[in-house]
Amino acid sequence: MALVKLTIDGLPVEVEAGTTILRAAEKLGIHIPTLCYLEDIHEFGACRVCVVEVEGARTLQAACVTPVREGMVVRTNTPAVRRARMTTVELILSDHHTECPTCVRNLNCELQSLAESMGIRENRFAGARTVNPVDSSSAAIVRDPNKCILCRRCVSICEKVQGVKAIGPVGRGFETVIGPAFGDQLGDTVCVNCGQCILVCPTGALYERDSTEEVWAALADPDRHVVFQTAPATRVALGETYGLPPGSIVTGKMVAAIRRLGADTVFDTDFAADLTIMEEGHELIQRLTKGGTLPMITSCSPGWIKFIEHFYPDLLPNLSTCKSPQQMFGAVIKTYYAEKVGLDPAKIYHVSVMPCTAKKFECKRPEMRDSGLVDVDAALTTRELGRMLKEAGIVFDELPEEPYDDPLGESTGAAVIFGATGGVMEAALRTAYEVVTKKTLPRVEFEAVRGLEGVKEASVDLDGTEVRVAVAHGLANAKKVLDKVRAGEGDWHFIEIMACPGGCIGGGGQPIPTNLEVRQKRIEGIYTADERMTIRKSHENPSIIALYKEFLGEPLGHKSHELLHTTYTPRGSYLPRREKAAD
Amino acid sequence: MAREHEGAVDLGRVDEIVARHKGREGALLPVLREVQDAVGYLPQEALERVALGLGLSLSQVYGVATFYSLLYTKPKGKYTVRVCESAPCHVQGAQEVIDTLVRELGISFGETTPDGLFTLEKVSCLGVCGVAPAVMIGDRVYGNLTPETVVAVLQEYR
Repeated sequence: MALVKLTIDGLPVEVEAGTTILRAAEKLGIHIPTLCYLEDIHEFGACRVCVVEVEGARTLQAACVTPVREGMVVRTNTPAVRRARMTTVELILSDHHTECPTCVRNLNCELQSLAESMGIRENRFAGARTVNPVDSSSAAIVRDPNKCILCRRCVSICEKVQGVKAIGPVGRGFETVIGPAFGDQLGDTVCVNCGQCILVCPTGALYERDSTEEVWAALADPDRHVVFQTAPATRVALGETYGLPPGSIVTGKMVAAIRRLGADTVFDTDFAADLTIMEEGHELIQRLTKGGTLPMITSCSPGWIKFIEHFYPDLLPNLSTCKSPQQMFGAVIKTYYAEKVGLDPAKIYHVSVMPCTAKKFECKRPEMRDSGLVDVDAALTTRELGRMLKEAGIVFDELPEEPYDDPLGESTGAAVIFGATGGVMEAALRTAYEVVTKKTLPRVEFEAVRGLEGVKEASVDLDGTEVRVAVAHGLANAKKVLDKVRAGEGDWHFIEIMACPGGCIGGGGQPIPTNLEVRQKRIEGIYTADERMTIRKSHENPSIIALYKEFLGEPLGHKSHELLHTTYTPRGSYLPRREKAAD
Repeated sequence: MAREHEGAVDLGRVDEIVARHKGREGALLPVLREVQDAVGYLPQEALERVALGLGLSLSQVYGVATFYSLLYTKPKGKYTVRVCESAPCHVQGAQEVIDTLVRELGISFGETTPDGLFTLEKVSCLGVCGVAPAVMIGDRVYGNLTPETVVAVLQEYR
């Protein structure tokens, strides 16, 4: 590609033609502030925070969308540029519900940081503000239009990365609101609760529905036995809420911290991930050998489940009937565990810590009560746990590393990799291979299904039987795979789909920022955690073996079907509200 | 949920309009204009059919329908009364004309009279500054208006 020479702030730089001024400046280590810009997803030039002077241009140019030209002379730090940027941010603030100290994004807000870095000390443009009701109709996500700055990042991520298109700009000018069509509430739409919009929101206009209050109440109740489970992806991300580098493995400190909050028992969702592999691995083998709908598709990701229910209900028979690890665990805790330790299941309050906002919706689904009670009482995001620890005054750094409780705290490397895209597939293959071939895997790693490529494909030889697999993460990528399945192409036996880009480590409940670089670091953390485990295959987990021996019988057995498997509900893709009302 | 004018929308007509434009780039706007001409406004049922037919999401269709000031998502009166609020009309006494219209029709801007006859709207400029203050009713423009003459003009439509 042709190279272009230009100068930025007097420094010469050479970049490929087509590069934006913003990227060229980055190469020189010059930081141009941005607000609406989201690399590769939302390059729109709307907010005008990134304006720069370009010699010869009539007006200031938006650096995020202006391509470089040969001989271009750019200045990023002149009085005119600083004044224009500052005025822009002041105008945005003038129609923003500024309540920083009590905002969920206080100290982690892009608008706040910009105002701070620009030295804005007064509100020059105080005047009329648009006031709209806060939408808390969704089990997972709250929309506060009064804090929205109309950057439209959420619209872009919902459309381009997730292919859901639940929200868009409504109206015009000062009256514009980002929201669902027809003034509907988010909870009545095709929103799949993935929470990717929360991760990209620069302010506090989108956030998870709070579950901390009810968890605090349960922790304070002496009659309640509070059991926690922590998802694989939380252990490589929670540290970020305390300023640790992304991908830091903080499993032991997280367990210790949850005990300090007052939890009676801390278990590992990884145990339930191993259980999922037992059930799902055997389900795959059964579908392959005895006939059944193929390709079989994984069912761990609740955002993905709501997506298929809305948009591909015809493919529901392809879904594994396995509940997600969160829900398997919920059912096991209020039956097997309660019985084992002699507790009244009605006294157990079960909290999950998840990298996910959709888990809040999942645990409230009416079919998730197979223990006879609500199997999981509350689902906290990683961010919410971080907030609770701070509220409790916990100094994370000073905590010891503590192990999970027995017996449902024991897990394998196969379980921890559930947190990364391709992980469920790899874990299932580790078990399926050994169950089918009755041989030991020469090497447990299946690199072909790892990494951040949108759709990954591989073929695995199970002792003469070829199993063709595909892995997709991000629902727009899932669409590509599903359209092929619908058309009878693709020729796969087994497909893993995770709603969020990068898998659960990039989930909508994870610390902010969650971007490509952070996702990569967390994935590295996940595979390091896998390597550190002594046991790396789910079927070798001694506690899993004991659970089957003492309680469940065998994978896909009667008890498993009762507690660990579920059914799905087709939902309308255009008129969910109307169709729901017609039921 | 009850909606105004429910059942009155000829969805077959909507489908027909969609079918004629389907597959063309930028089909949405012409479809919305034609549907509005046929139905009178853009009711939810019609927008749902447009979205379904063109393979767009409801949020995309609704976003466009609410962006343009000449597209209406609420039922409108038989005649739209558009009052010019630009500077030339203002200095020529538009405010008195506006006050008279609001009083005479008993509605504020964006509303429709209970008899379904008139919808009152503001517009930025009608392009007839030479005869300011001006008002447009349906397709006709009236200029050099006074509080008295505007009442007489309204009577022509009653």
